[in-house]
Amino acid sequence: MSTTLAFLGDFGDAFDYIFHSRESQAGGARVGGSELLPLLWTHLKVTGAAMGIAIAIALPIGLALGHTGRGAFATISVSNVGRAVPSIALIAFFVAFFPRTPEFWNVTVALALLAIPPILTNAFVGVRQVSRDAVDAARGMGMSGTQIVRSVELPLALPLIFGGIKTSTVNVIATATIAPLVGVLTLGDPIISGTVHGRAGQIGASIVVALLAVLAELALSAVQRAVTPTGVKLEKGASARASRLGTLKRRIQTVP
Amino acid sequence: MKLSRLLLVLLALACSAVFVAACGDDEEEQPASTPSQSDSGSGGKIERNDANAEVSLTIGSKNFTEQKVLGEIYAQGLEAAGYSINKDLNLGDQDTALAAVKSGEISAYPEYTGTALLAFFGKQADELPKDPQEAYEEAKAGFEADGLVALPPTPFTSSNEVAVTKETADELGLKTISDLEGKSQDLTLYGSPECRQRLDCLLGLQQVYGLKFKKFTPVDIAQRHEVLTSGRADVSIVFTTDPQIQREQEVLLEDDKGMFPPYNSTLVMKKETADEAGADLAKTVELIQEQLTDENMQELNARVDLDKKDPAQVAEEYLTETGLIGGN
Repeated sequence: MSTTLAFLGDFGDAFDYIFHSRESQAGGARVGGSELLPLLWTHLKVTGAAMGIAIAIALPIGLALGHTGRGAFATISVSNVGRAVPSIALIAFFVAFFPRTPEFWNVTVALALLAIPPILTNAFVGVRQVSRDAVDAARGMGMSGTQIVRSVELPLALPLIFGGIKTSTVNVIATATIAPLVGVLTLGDPIISGTVHGRAGQIGASIVVALLAVLAELALSAVQRAVTPTGVKLEKGASARASRLGTLKRRIQTVP
Repeated sequence: MKLSRLLLVLLALACSAVFVAACGDDEEEQPASTPSQSDSGSGGKIERNDANAEVSLTIGSKNFTEQKVLGEIYAQGLEAAGYSINKDLNLGDQDTALAAVKSGEISAYPEYTGTALLAFFGKQADELPKDPQEAYEEAKAGFEADGLVALPPTPFTSSNEVAVTKETADELGLKTISDLEGKSQDLTLYGSPECRQRLDCLLGLQQVYGLKFKKFTPVDIAQRHEVLTSGRADVSIVFTTDPQIQREQEVLLEDDKGMFPPYNSTLVMKKETADEAGADLAKTVELIQEQLTDENMQELNARVDLDKKDPAQVAEEYLTETGLIGGN
């Protein structure tokens, strides 16, 4: 048997699964095609809610820490240790200890915890790497702390902040595939319930999730360009180009 | 496949770890009842035959408590009969387990007659025999066509059941599954992912009873009682031999249209395996199963799920307490 052909065969079937609904493996239920839309919708909702919570928590803390430069080591260490806890354990933990909370929110909170560390770390590093000259100049002009954060540090840190958000979004989109284990039907359902959706469903859903991650990355890059002030774009020159290509930001992100 | 199995295991582990904490305080002390020994004392002990040591058997099971206990009981019982035993007791669902037997990954695993007829042999819910023996004969014939042997079944049956909390039953006046008519559209049903395509599950409720639920949510099968007690599910699909039914005061709705077929457990293996293992295998399995009644199986499941004992230990207790092994 030619493995290459079998490989392609599975892929062909997977694409068919993505575009056309079919009987489930043992019959009786419809899977694939338009049946994927509710799963996709839930997937987007979980991802959006988790990212919203994560950004709302991590971004202000990251900016404040970067601005003051205080307590950074402790906070970022704690948040990084959080990354070591497997998401599946987090989800199981939340479902077990908050059984009355709707599963959707348990999963969302667990995913938000997963999304916080990259955003927090990048926001912190992003603000710290803002040229001290620029901050001093702003202070010399009589700007208050809040004004400095809003008008100087935040715009200059944007490339790194978006780097963190993009990393987290992709993580969350990929990890949301385990949500069906606790009854939240995301695109992970075909992957987990292989006996219902078949191999085509497993591969097909994986393809859709991968595409979703790529699209999210592209969309966020567009948002980043839209919100970056023109002055910053011109001024940053070479380093901004490097970070837009994703080389710089990803490297820095690992340095807390 | 591999990944999903790993995830399930991880989740099951995490859930069971957390279960201990969650249930620790509100569980009343359970009197340690003993699986009742047959007073006739007919069964006697499993006899060791050293010649069997040359036969190596890998006992498998699906991924829930009862299956693990059964797997352990067969494994330890057959070990006592002298066989060389390996175990692989967490094989996911029925399709995974059957594939493992066919591929030789495992030698045998316990399967329920009803599951086999519906899931493997394409029976419709309404064509299933109501008589356990008849169901076994049909399943056996089906397996035979695949080159597999199904040993005689256990006395206990472990079918799916439609469970609601006592409050829900009282409030809506539910006694039978038919009573759900006209009310199900407001109720949330939880079941395993496979439930969606099983005629003794969601599909049967839709086709045999004509019920439509507000929402069906597939979850990991380990959560079938938790979803009820936490109030997330109005209706959950559970098993007859689940010990939680009594402890949590759940109400099983009577299957008045006969949707659930008999689910006695039968040990399934390849014909070559059965031939190689010889007559001692069937004899030992028969001895082992003699005491596996509904009550005893419930008790054994309770010891694992509620008393947090290891399936291996519970299996050993069963074999010792029924006098199959140990003693003099």
